[in-house]
Amino acid sequence: MHFRAHVLVSLKEGVLDTQGKAVLVSLKNMGHFNISEVRVGKSIVITIEAASKDEAARQVEAMCDDLLVNSLIESRSVTLEAF
Amino acid sequence: MKAAVVVFPGSNCDRDVLHALRDVAGIETSAVWHKETSLPENTALAVLPGGFSYGDYLRSGAMAARSPILDAVRDHASRGGLVLGICNGFQILTEAGLLPGALLSNSSLEFICSPCLLKVERTDTPFTNAYRTGTVVQFPIAHHEGLFFLPDEELKDLENHGQVVFRYASADGTTGAEFSPNGALNGIAGIVNREGNVLGLMPHPERASEDLLGCSDGLGMWNSIKSWMEGR
Repeated sequence: MHFRAHVLVSLKEGVLDTQGKAVLVSLKNMGHFNISEVRVGKSIVITIEAASKDEAARQVEAMCDDLLVNSLIESRSVTLEAF
Repeated sequence: MKAAVVVFPGSNCDRDVLHALRDVAGIETSAVWHKETSLPENTALAVLPGGFSYGDYLRSGAMAARSPILDAVRDHASRGGLVLGICNGFQILTEAGLLPGALLSNSSLEFICSPCLLKVERTDTPFTNAYRTGTVVQFPIAHHEGLFFLPDEELKDLENHGQVVFRYASADGTTGAEFSPNGALNGIAGIVNREGNVLGLMPHPERASEDLLGCSDGLGMWNSIKSWMEGR
């Protein structure tokens, strides 16, 4: 079966997000005075073939732990869909 | 005893370190491609040089930290061998779990390329024994991700164990976050592991190893390593 995993990686609360800060300044300069914070993360989409959804999920979690996410500074959420 | 400089795709300070070690300090040094699975025989020092390994994709140093040679570097460190990570090499060491912390984007949001002053906080390490404690040295920095970060408790732990070796400082040796060009917590520029044999720092001693380059304060690091090697 084929699955598509969407991994959303965000910087943890309390970790300075310089990209978010830069985007916030630009948006304010463009006239959006009512915004107070911008956080920028990244979205990673992985197409994976596995025998079951559980197996695919386990493998994606392992990939997150081993490379995709630095748990000291980042948090993640994973959604998985068959296609 | 020899030194080995690991070359990753995107390393760009490997030749500078090789030159400083071999031609300036007189230490037998070779380059090792990151796909190798072992370090050359009699390697006493493994260097992870600066640059933009893997284009800084995903996170600086993340992919290089999973290169085949890193298992050999990890073994070398666990046997008490010296490991030095400079700039991107420091980022790789934190990503590989050989040093604590993470290097985030500079607080100024800018790439900073500039000489900077550092206080040598520890001189009892194999990398700094030729310096006097409290000496202020000048090494250049050239990075976009140099803000040393650790959560509060772990940062206290790092300080309590005296693991900070280099701290951004003023000319008279005053330290503090205000002297940190990149927003690094506690003005941290370089740290060692608890055992003292793995050092990571953002500034570039290899770019300050000859008077011709405007400053030779970095020589102290190579001389320290050389005398450590000779004492073995």
